[in-house]
Amino acid sequence: MSGVARNRMLLAKLSLAALGMFGFGYLLAPLYDRLCGAERATQTAAKDATRPVTRVDLARTIAVQYDANVHGSLHWSFRPLQKTSQVHPGELVHIRYEMTNDSDQPMIGQAVPSYAPPAAAAYFHKIECFCFKSQALRPHETKSMPVVFLIDPAIPGDLPTITLSYTFFEVRPRKSA
Amino acid sequence: MQVALDNVPAVAQLPQQGGILRWIRTTNHKDIGTLYLFFSISMFLVGGLMALTIRAELFQPGMQIVRPEFFNQLTSMHGLIMIFLAIMPAFVGFANWQLPLMLGAPDMAFPRLNNLSFWLLPFATVLLVASFFAPGGATAAGWTLYAPLSVQMGPGMDMAIFAIHILGISSIIGGLNIIVTILNMRAPGMTMFKMPLFAWTWLVTAALLITIMPVLAGTVTMLLFDRHFGTHFFDAAGGGDPVLFQHLFWFFGHPEVYVLILPAFGIISAVIPTFSRKPLFGLRSMVAATVGIGIVACAVWAHHMFTVGMPVAAQLFFMYTTLLVAVPTGIKMFNWLATMWQGSLTFETPMLFAMGFLFVFTIGGLTGVILAIVPVDVQLHQTYYIVAHFHYTMVASSLFGLFAGTYYWLPKWTGHMYDEKLGQWHFWLTLSFFNLTFIPMFFLGLAGMPRRIPDYALQFTNLNALATVGAFGFGFTQLLFAYIVIKCIRGGERATAQVWEGAKGLEWTVPSPAPHHTFSTPPVVE
Repeated sequence: MSGVARNRMLLAKLSLAALGMFGFGYLLAPLYDRLCGAERATQTAAKDATRPVTRVDLARTIAVQYDANVHGSLHWSFRPLQKTSQVHPGELVHIRYEMTNDSDQPMIGQAVPSYAPPAAAAYFHKIECFCFKSQALRPHETKSMPVVFLIDPAIPGDLPTITLSYTFFEVRPRKSA
Repeated sequence: MQVALDNVPAVAQLPQQGGILRWIRTTNHKDIGTLYLFFSISMFLVGGLMALTIRAELFQPGMQIVRPEFFNQLTSMHGLIMIFLAIMPAFVGFANWQLPLMLGAPDMAFPRLNNLSFWLLPFATVLLVASFFAPGGATAAGWTLYAPLSVQMGPGMDMAIFAIHILGISSIIGGLNIIVTILNMRAPGMTMFKMPLFAWTWLVTAALLITIMPVLAGTVTMLLFDRHFGTHFFDAAGGGDPVLFQHLFWFFGHPEVYVLILPAFGIISAVIPTFSRKPLFGLRSMVAATVGIGIVACAVWAHHMFTVGMPVAAQLFFMYTTLLVAVPTGIKMFNWLATMWQGSLTFETPMLFAMGFLFVFTIGGLTGVILAIVPVDVQLHQTYYIVAHFHYTMVASSLFGLFAGTYYWLPKWTGHMYDEKLGQWHFWLTLSFFNLTFIPMFFLGLAGMPRRIPDYALQFTNLNALATVGAFGFGFTQLLFAYIVIKCIRGGERATAQVWEGAKGLEWTVPSPAPHHTFSTPPVVE
């Protein structure tokens, strides 16, 4: 091969490599979603929805205690209508909470759940909850709202008691500038 | 006939067409090298002017000279201009001038592509600089163009994106040309291990360029699509992820800093043996280290983003790979010192800059090792410590390499010796003012001063004032450099063909100034 032809050949190969790298740049986007995105998804809500629970484990009973708190500026009363439930893992449980706006203004609150011990959170599947949305109450209005949940039968045996606690925070409408 | 031509003074061989057309149409590697170098130094002064405006604003706390938005535009454009329009073209200029001379080739492999890759630069420059006058001004998202800010900026950002596209094409064409030249155009007998280290470093650099520039082009294209065509690669509101941008950018960005330093390694590896009057110590280990740096460079990028929240395993991986870079770099440093060991040293300006390079690069490199440690980096991220670190590696090291190379080869290019006394002044002033500018920044960073902020807390005043004094001294000293170069072009003591007593290599076998056409008949290397 002559010098010029050899040069052209090498140039063509190297240009292909450059073009390949351009494509590789785009490949990195789905690759990133696959590697990092998958990990993020497992950390958040997606896990709850994916695996259906069909078996009720009658051999075990877990005590679930209910707790309610109101934070700072929100002048609401907030309480569970039952103190505890005895729950079989896998069983669908319906409970209710009651909230009252004690102030003279309409107020919006958002409930944030927490679990004790925290390890229980991964096995606590809520199907319906007032905490899914913020709640608006007119002055002195009282509402009773449901929570429907089940506990995953995969829950380890060293969690005989779980406390489900809600705290209501005030949601202020964003002030326009 | 060809041999006879080689002995005619360069001026007699100039192409017939005169004036500006000669420079626009030229396909001669020496002409294009000269164009690159002049372009580079003018952009160096433009980028420097921006740096001085930044330093003037930071001389005292409070806002004095510029508005904060404009300050952000200045820091962003200073970075883009210095990296893409000053340092990179300077090294490509050296490659153009020196590679054919060092390898015994008549020209670059593709002279017309070579012409194209230079003449793309002015267009990119116009786009980039004109973006200051676009509504909303130039890009102010930092030279890293991080999303989501870069998704939201005004049309100045689009101009920067197109400028980067053009610069990317120019760099890729340049890189392709250089690889083909090095692999295919060597004189008979010039085996890979007989060619100078400068060619080796450029081979690895060019390979990095064609690996990473397309990724940058892809990244800014995705940015452009996010901005205008409804995609959501980086826009979290549409399911994208700004962290993805950082990964893509630094996949380009980290190898890019080796693109900016490897050719300097090559220049230093030519200068130190000449003035030590000894061959380069450990050529093969130097080559291995260069290739090693090139490979590891592509697996360290996430150390720029330790604070985005990544798994510990990933942090450890990128920390260890980053620390690994210190090994080949240490080999190089050892070899340079071993080359000087028991040599017959003389200290002309190129040697001074080469030794200055060893000094500042050690500081830059070691602070890099400190920053590689995850828990330390989390503290120092986005502080002036980083600014000091990368200016030690890029300004000091790359620039000192460029200065060393310029003084070293200037007599070959112009046929005249430069003014040695002024050269020595240039070195000592540059070294002193550089350190005066950037040593305070290490302490500012350790004390917690954030970068890219036009104002700062009162306790940082003294060190900032010092840095500003240093920066102005450093900036004005470079005018002395421009003067020395112009003076050398216009006249001076005639240079011999070998120029330096200890100089070895094919480029010293042609007369000074190097004739317009050299090695039309290939030399035979023993």
